[in-house]
Amino acid sequence: MAFYSNVPKRQPWLPLPPWARSMGITLLSVSITMLGLLFVTFLIGRVMPIDPVLAVVGERASEEQYNAVYQELGLDRSLIVQFFYYVGDVLQGDFGKSLLTARPVSQDIARVFPATFELATIGIIFGCVLGIPLGVIAAVRRGSWVDQIARVVALVGYSMPIFWLGLMGLLLFYGMLGWVGGPGRQGIFYEDMIPSVTGMILVDSIIAGDWGAFWDAFSHIVLPASILGYYSLAYISRMTRSFMLEQLSAEYITTARVKGMSEWAVVMHHAFKNIRVQLITVIALSYANLLEGSVLTEIIFSWPGIGNYITTALLSADMNAVLGGTVVVGLVFIVLNVFSDLLYKVFDPRSK
Amino acid sequence: MSIQSMTLREWLLSETPTSRRQARLAAYYKGWLTLRANHMAMAGLAIIVLLVGVAIFAPLLAPHDPYYQDLGNRLQPLGTEGHILGTDSLGRDILSRLIWGARITLYIVALVAMIAPIVGLLVGTVSGYAGGWVDIVLMRVTDIFLAFPRLVLALAFVAALGAGIENAVLAISLTAWPPYARLARAETLTIRSSDFISAIRLQGAGPLLIITKHIWPLCISSLIVRVTLDMAGIILAAAGLGFLGLGAQPPSPEWGAMISEGRRFILDYWWVATMPGLAIFAVSLAFNLLGDGLRDVLDPKDSSS
Repeated sequence: MAFYSNVPKRQPWLPLPPWARSMGITLLSVSITMLGLLFVTFLIGRVMPIDPVLAVVGERASEEQYNAVYQELGLDRSLIVQFFYYVGDVLQGDFGKSLLTARPVSQDIARVFPATFELATIGIIFGCVLGIPLGVIAAVRRGSWVDQIARVVALVGYSMPIFWLGLMGLLLFYGMLGWVGGPGRQGIFYEDMIPSVTGMILVDSIIAGDWGAFWDAFSHIVLPASILGYYSLAYISRMTRSFMLEQLSAEYITTARVKGMSEWAVVMHHAFKNIRVQLITVIALSYANLLEGSVLTEIIFSWPGIGNYITTALLSADMNAVLGGTVVVGLVFIVLNVFSDLLYKVFDPRSK
Repeated sequence: MSIQSMTLREWLLSETPTSRRQARLAAYYKGWLTLRANHMAMAGLAIIVLLVGVAIFAPLLAPHDPYYQDLGNRLQPLGTEGHILGTDSLGRDILSRLIWGARITLYIVALVAMIAPIVGLLVGTVSGYAGGWVDIVLMRVTDIFLAFPRLVLALAFVAALGAGIENAVLAISLTAWPPYARLARAETLTIRSSDFISAIRLQGAGPLLIITKHIWPLCISSLIVRVTLDMAGIILAAAGLGFLGLGAQPPSPEWGAMISEGRRFILDYWWVATMPGLAIFAVSLAFNLLGDGLRDVLDPKDSSS
């Protein structure tokens, strides 16, 4: 391409180091996505068959009262202006008031979110601790019984309704065997005994030094978290296996074997080391997907998290709560996706 | 060798096809032979064929009226005389309800499988072929929809539209199209730059003709694989909405709604919630198995095993 060599290199319009540029581009695209997310929830709120004014003033309000609230809610302005007010409110953390609890939706969400976070975190730990070794062994011993088990585990995970698996788990481990605590986060005895610091009962009970409460909470979380974690186990083991297969068929692995390295060293120090970056992305993604699975799991286990909150609000037409919850879940989802992207950039030596 | 003396099989497997039709049928036949060798995929296909058969002949197969309540006969266990799978809390025959529920499941799956890929194909090919601003805008919209967890977005849509099967279908389709758009766009980008497209363009073909006659046919096979693999997800999403009370409404024998009814007595009368769950599991497993098999036939480069 000699022809192009004397064309001066185009200067970027902002003289920034490359990492700052890529960060800026990421931030810009994330904010556009978030704006779009808010636009979708805004539209959903506007096409609702429920009159937002009537929800505030009630059926028997006079026309004056109705008009006053109509103006107060800003419904007399154009849709575009309303949308910008909506974005402004959300940026300040204001999702309106919940009709059901009569409290600001943001407070409600702050109260229920730690429960979901705790559940999803234990779930992802379960998925990683079992899923990664399973995937590695399945790839190394391809076609063996471990590989077959990994295949079945993944297939069942992709095909089974999570709420049904939860019910069956409850039936077997709680109803028949009595190994775990029932629905809810705590037994009746320990309810409201632990001062809430982080909102996560496992952490709070450690802070309070109350081991009885800790084990009680643990016996309640272990089943829903493993049901939830099973789905990330299915995904993580499958992805680990295919990443490992890709590495194991590479030539540098043959070289390492020819050099006389032990199989363990070949697998762990060469192949596995190279899939760590991809794995982190997969784990972040499946963590985001756990949010989705947690909606149904929380219903089954009466878990007072955000999924339960959204669904309860939905069934009583509490639209502010539904949309607020949807926005928060969507934001967490986006942030996790960006986070996995960034991790990829940080850990992948090629992108330096 | 005259055509008359050939068997159909020989004609299909002929090394020297004499017409375009023969070559195309031969390709399908060879694909079928590969698929047939995959026992798991065939098992999946068998379950799906069974499901379709059960759905079509539901009035003949069901031993009872799925809506008939017999309160004196409620919560009968498995193997009761006349009710092989027992009865639910209103004394309705569970087997009959499962059989009629197959119709609802198929109805939802078929509708979503028609709407979502077509929307995705339209958006993806237009975006990939047009490029520039159209591409940027359409792909941003796609990203926004991908940015939501699917079930939560479907919940919000159903909340706005109201509960019911049609709205559940709409909500699931609205959340299901973006991956198809991505896929179709990627395919379009590779096809667009190939020589045969340039040749057609030099002959004077407009964008509409190129997209509909030359790009769409080439996107179809990867879309079919994706749809089959997605079916399981669609079934699970529909059952989830039904379970939450946002899909099919109560007296209807939708499987997810049946689990939700049985949930209240799970510890004492386990079969009421267990049976519909097994049905959902079997059907989505079947679609996953068939999808894996189809991927090996139609899209060997993506095959994971």
